[in-house]
Amino acid sequence: MALTNEHIQTRLTEKFGEQLSGWEAQYGLLTFTVTSDLNLKVLQFLYDDNELKFNFLTAICAVHYPERKGEELAVVYHLHNMAERVRLRMKIFVPVEKPDVYTATKLYETANFMERETYDFFGVNFVGHPNLIRILNVDEMDYFPMRKEFPLEDQTRVDKDDEMFGRGGSYN
Amino acid sequence: MSEIITTEPHHVRLPDGSIQKQTTTMNLGPTHPATHGVFQNIIELDGETIVSAISTVGYIHRAFEKLAERRPLYQITTLTDRLNYCSSPINNMGWHLTCEKLLGVQTPKRVDYLRVIIMELARISDHLICNSIVGVDTGAYTGFLYVMQYRELIYEIYEEVCGSRLTTNMGRIGGFERNFTNTAFEKLEKFLKEYPKVLKEFEALFERNRIFMDRCQGTGAITAERALNYGFTGPNLRAAGVDYDVRVSDPYSSYQDFDFTVPIGTTGDNYDRWLVRNQEMWQSLSIIEQAYKKVQAFKGADAEIYHADVPEYYLPMKADVYTKMEALIYHFKIVMGETEIPAGELYQAVEGGNGELGFYLISDGGRTPYRLHFRRPCFIYYQAYPELTKGAMISDAIVTMSSLNLIAGELDA
Repeated sequence: MALTNEHIQTRLTEKFGEQLSGWEAQYGLLTFTVTSDLNLKVLQFLYDDNELKFNFLTAICAVHYPERKGEELAVVYHLHNMAERVRLRMKIFVPVEKPDVYTATKLYETANFMERETYDFFGVNFVGHPNLIRILNVDEMDYFPMRKEFPLEDQTRVDKDDEMFGRGGSYN
Repeated sequence: MSEIITTEPHHVRLPDGSIQKQTTTMNLGPTHPATHGVFQNIIELDGETIVSAISTVGYIHRAFEKLAERRPLYQITTLTDRLNYCSSPINNMGWHLTCEKLLGVQTPKRVDYLRVIIMELARISDHLICNSIVGVDTGAYTGFLYVMQYRELIYEIYEEVCGSRLTTNMGRIGGFERNFTNTAFEKLEKFLKEYPKVLKEFEALFERNRIFMDRCQGTGAITAERALNYGFTGPNLRAAGVDYDVRVSDPYSSYQDFDFTVPIGTTGDNYDRWLVRNQEMWQSLSIIEQAYKKVQAFKGADAEIYHADVPEYYLPMKADVYTKMEALIYHFKIVMGETEIPAGELYQAVEGGNGELGFYLISDGGRTPYRLHFRRPCFIYYQAYPELTKGAMISDAIVTMSSLNLIAGELDA
């Protein structure tokens, strides 16, 4: 029997009930939101369950929504059941002041770099991660650059005397 | 008569504060010629055996995800070029597919088949580099130099289709920027005619070569369970025995119309990875032949279709912009971000040269993505490198690194 989105939703709701919310299936990919303290329990359930068998972690990333007060950072997990060819997206929301999330490294080795990357760019603190340090940015960096409060440089600015790059200075 | 000096080891007195450890710490990379890219591994050696390794990544990080938040959809294609630059057309097409999914654009069959031709050519050039580099690292330079001539044929086809060779920026949302010329098809025919013979010879140089087998068999091995847990995809996962291929499990660009097999290995070692890539090149060749036949079957006006009829998203030809009112309007609208872009959230994966390349796009309806995340296969499986090389010789670690097909551009985004 093919694994349908409805069936996954029913199975998960049976187990976790009201703690899961925000069900939707944009472009056919089932998405739901879970409270931030339950992420590991849900991941473990999805991994172990005989029917669901979501045992491949495709990606972890974060999204910053500055206007959602109290839940500014979303951590997004993409899971995959390769045998049934079904993908699943799980989200958790955490406040930007205290972005604590339990690490999935115990369950998935692959979560290690993914979580380090998420920490590096968004500052999500993965509790229990064996080596939560910056990965792509320099170690000295003291902010989290993918957050929305850091806009990219205005390309039309003229105040910068940067003759080597043809902006400002005598080339204007 | 001079005094006899005894130098028995236990008489050597180390200066105070010396570390009494028995292992050596060594930097492998970031600019070592054997690492084929900017990779640094701080390895702990016991003699010549690796005890542990720490990978440092990020030397060529270029903030693509941040940059993408300012760029309109059609300008992000150039960023994708610079991920896995050995097979940039696959990245380009993957990005176009993502945009088309968001915008609800249906591409014509001919466009799909042309894309398949280009993507499979890219796969061949990617695997060709990887496999011949494995050869170089085991001491066989000839194969590498020999096949470079035939990668050149592939690059000439790219050049004919889009004008550039390495960072191709090929195609547009909805199709290609121009139809394939007759020269492009002639070059494709030439490639299809000459390449099988070359690949056979290349195979003969390595496949049953005693030295090559001794160097590759049993080194850098990983089990299927560990590979899945480490998030392996692509040839590296298939070499471990899992027949997962995005082209089959989640067909895009009409891959369901083609007949091909997914080669798999058993042991997941360097030799199996090499064999899987080699077999995939044969499969790619067969896919290209099938796709070329299908493309040739289009006659008359159908043979002129090279993009979907979506003027509000497809950037018009520059010549038309100067001469046709409608093209000018749409050009202006697209460039100035006046087109209607739906809000939505989607994930699109393609089978890249070295694994599942995914695009997670969140659009809030603005002209640029709200958030774009690249699932870069290299980045994800690179973390298995310390485990793969533990207890191996340095020289085996080098072969393992090249047989994983790590591309620094993709690793560091």
